[in-house]
Amino acid sequence: MKAHRVLAVTLRHLYLYKRSLSRMLEVFYFPLLDILVWGFITVYLQQFQKALPHFLVFLLGALILWDILYRTQQGISISFLEEMWSRNLLNLFASPLTPGEFLAATMIISLVKLTLSATVAVFLAWLLYGFNLFRIGISLVPFVLNLILMGWAVGILTTAVILRYGQKAEVLAWGLAFLFQPLSAVFYPVAVFPRPLAVVALAVPATHVFEGMRAVIQTHRFPVEHLAWAFGLNAVYLAVSLAFFYRIFRVVREKGLLLKIGE
Amino acid sequence: MVKPDVQKNDVVVEVEGLSKTFNGVAAVEGVSFRIHRGEIVGLLGPNGAGKTTIIQMLLGVLTPTAGTVRLFGLDVHRHRESVLGRVNFSSTYVSLPYSLTVTENLRVFARLYRLPHPEARIRELLQRFELEPTAHQLVRGLSSGQLTRLCLAKALLNRPEVLFLDEPTASLDPDMAEKTRRLLRDVRAQEHTAILYTSHNMREMEQMCDRILFLHRGRIIAAGTPREVLSAYGEEDLEALFLRIARGGSRVEAS
Repeated sequence: MKAHRVLAVTLRHLYLYKRSLSRMLEVFYFPLLDILVWGFITVYLQQFQKALPHFLVFLLGALILWDILYRTQQGISISFLEEMWSRNLLNLFASPLTPGEFLAATMIISLVKLTLSATVAVFLAWLLYGFNLFRIGISLVPFVLNLILMGWAVGILTTAVILRYGQKAEVLAWGLAFLFQPLSAVFYPVAVFPRPLAVVALAVPATHVFEGMRAVIQTHRFPVEHLAWAFGLNAVYLAVSLAFFYRIFRVVREKGLLLKIGE
Repeated sequence: MVKPDVQKNDVVVEVEGLSKTFNGVAAVEGVSFRIHRGEIVGLLGPNGAGKTTIIQMLLGVLTPTAGTVRLFGLDVHRHRESVLGRVNFSSTYVSLPYSLTVTENLRVFARLYRLPHPEARIRELLQRFELEPTAHQLVRGLSSGQLTRLCLAKALLNRPEVLFLDEPTASLDPDMAEKTRRLLRDVRAQEHTAILYTSHNMREMEQMCDRILFLHRGRIIAAGTPREVLSAYGEEDLEALFLRIARGGSRVEAS
């Protein structure tokens, strides 16, 4: 083993990080999110000790439902990355294919991947831990639908940023959804947040899904208000992410980035 | 319903005052030309002359700073769906999904271009480009020459009326390059396809092109049949003319 060769490869990666804000952010991003999520779980369990039995019931359900959002977002972003990695974007967009049709196809792929992964997760949770997600009842359908809608909105947003900034923004495909996780009150109720953060959290559609899920398990009531908020917010999120995507697509056409995007 | 206007004058590509500026630097400046049905036009010039930029604007994937691009009498940016269904392209700068087989890739594009009988057309193209033995092979396992031929097969899939080829023979061996040139000439003869062709192989440009457009720093500095351009500059072949222009910068004048 020669030190100069090891140093040469080390240097190659340091050069990369020096100029890449997204790669530098990644170094701090996931530890920060972990601290936030697990910190709020700790606060929740300390403040609401009586909630412990409920917490254990929620945990698996919350994990499965969060995965629905994450898989849906990834279905869109990873499909786009596949085209970028294979230098196929110009072939696609020099054909009659429209950006909207491309997004529609990635949404279908996200549903296929989601169906497969959710089936396995639900089955394993039942088989290994006796946890039946369907105990949530009929509310499960609008919950899942809202998580899919938010996953699409985040996926479209992620794709737009990668479209504009290319490979250096690739990390967003894996990380952007997690930015919403601490705020979405996945594993703890909004009540654990300080007031200003609670207001921000309630502006996230997924928060209303997870608050709704807890309400169903605890009170057996159909959470109409939470679902109405979730649908309303998702309509806004989808409209904003689509407008952003089309705006970025115009910029990409002006700058000629479709040919350079894999670089 | 948009009616194409090709029978009237037979001009299939009409470029008028086309310019593109990137961050204040002109990549293409005031370029105008026409291509007729069944004509092979060569776009040549040194690296950075603006060839790929022009092709991208013709394909509607790059918005011009100024000027218009009309294909079949229609503005490519306003009528992209109807126009792009009738053209195709192949470029040395793009590839195809590596994890799909040769046939799967062609099937995807056959659907994009809505071919009426995709399987028959795919078989025909695989045979034409000698890709039959690789039909069910993953693209990642192809040689660079096979991949280039697959990209060309994709480009011919929809029987395009206009074909944009950006260095189509760059990674082919002399035998396959010659076969490809012959095939493209056959396609032009049989289907009256108009072809805009870029290459750094000057001999190939002389053999293939009815007309050439010589680009230098984003402007067309010479246009005509290869013979006309050579005689205007007093050179014997395009290679010599290319070197003279590339090395002479803006001082090069036709004699």
